[in-house]
Amino acid sequence: MILFKLLPAALAFGILQVALRLANDTDLVRRLKAHEPKAMNDLYDRFGRLAYSLIYRIVRNASTAEDLVQETFLRIWNRVQSFDAERGALGAWVLTVARNRAIDHLRSVDGRMEASAIDLDQLERPGLFAKLDSAALAIDRVRRLKSAFEKLTPTQRQVIELAYYEGMSQTEMAERLKQPLGTVKTWTRGALKILRDELAEAATA
Amino acid sequence: MTCQELQEMFELYALGALESEEKVEVDAHLARGCVNCQQALGDALALNAGILSFVPEVRPPGRLKRRLLSSVGVHYPGWGWVWALSAACLLLIALWLGVQERQRTTELAEARRELLGVNGERDRLTQALQFLSDPQTQPASFGRGQTAPPRGYVFLHPQMGVLLIASNLPAAGQGKTYEMWVIPKGGAPRPAGLFQSDGMRALHILSGPLDVSTIGTVAVTIEPAAGSAAPTMPIVIAAPIGT
Repeated sequence: MILFKLLPAALAFGILQVALRLANDTDLVRRLKAHEPKAMNDLYDRFGRLAYSLIYRIVRNASTAEDLVQETFLRIWNRVQSFDAERGALGAWVLTVARNRAIDHLRSVDGRMEASAIDLDQLERPGLFAKLDSAALAIDRVRRLKSAFEKLTPTQRQVIELAYYEGMSQTEMAERLKQPLGTVKTWTRGALKILRDELAEAATA
Repeated sequence: MTCQELQEMFELYALGALESEEKVEVDAHLARGCVNCQQALGDALALNAGILSFVPEVRPPGRLKRRLLSSVGVHYPGWGWVWALSAACLLLIALWLGVQERQRTTELAEARRELLGVNGERDRLTQALQFLSDPQTQPASFGRGQTAPPRGYVFLHPQMGVLLIASNLPAAGQGKTYEMWVIPKGGAPRPAGLFQSDGMRALHILSGPLDVSTIGTVAVTIEPAAGSAAPTMPIVIAAPIGT
């Protein structure tokens, strides 16, 4: 229940500050596509701390986190040509790439690279983020989401933690928690529904 | 599966947390271009990003940015030169403060020495004034009628002791000192303290009671710097008492 314990200290987190700076993603993406050196500087200034915090949270090692942050930003730099600057949310993409780099690292260390493991590369294609609301990390939405998260049951939080920060499939979670797969699926589905509904309410508010 | 059922799996799909067969089904559905599901996938990605932001803030090391920028060919000077300049400035300030402190300490010691000297001189003058103003003081002179040699007065007081004031008294010389002697009538000379002349004048006091009536002469000789137990000839000053 690490996430559960960390939340009180974490929820006043800098993502809220970062969210405030998302307004000008379009211009930044345009400059990244032009490979303007200053654009990488700005990208790091905007998301570097958040990406490092997320990766560090997952891998728990500062040196590894540095390597993975570098890999994350280079991946953004090299793939930004396919990113839709007008419609996509740059922050969400950076977070996804950062999380996937860290989970890939965990899987390689844990020997979880078996055939059933899903290739995370496919799940961070810039095209996937084309339909994303550019206000995905807007401060109000994140605040509401955080509030809803606090209402989850301990087991619901646990499965969210295992899925998001340890990259486990529901089968792996069931093994870890020594619970039937159906139970784990119920917890996961319930947790995500609460969070999803909260965001939906925020969108219509 | 229906769109609704599939959409409930989109968050896990985007995390790579679905089982292979579930992922295949979602992939196939999305490939058919279902607009609602495309939108729902965007919402799921947004939800995932929001949850991923719930992490404690950890400040990355400064070198990470430099390393990243240099990997894309950007020279990032960072704050290295600022730190170097600051360190150099601090070092110079520390050196300057050290020199200032040393100068202040030296000046203070000199001032303390001067003050002690002035205070000692003041005390001696005060004591000399007490000698001169007290009716029990008995004066005696020396050097009168002589041209070059030292001249001056000796004052004796039964409680305060002996005061010697001399002029025309040259410096005793390197490694030498003047020594005063109290010579009782018919007795051997008794050492009465060492003193120096400023080249012209000297003032010396032997403090303490003495029987003035038994004193025959107060004399001064030049002695080694540590003084002597008996006077070394010649006698520089000889002041007969009671004559």
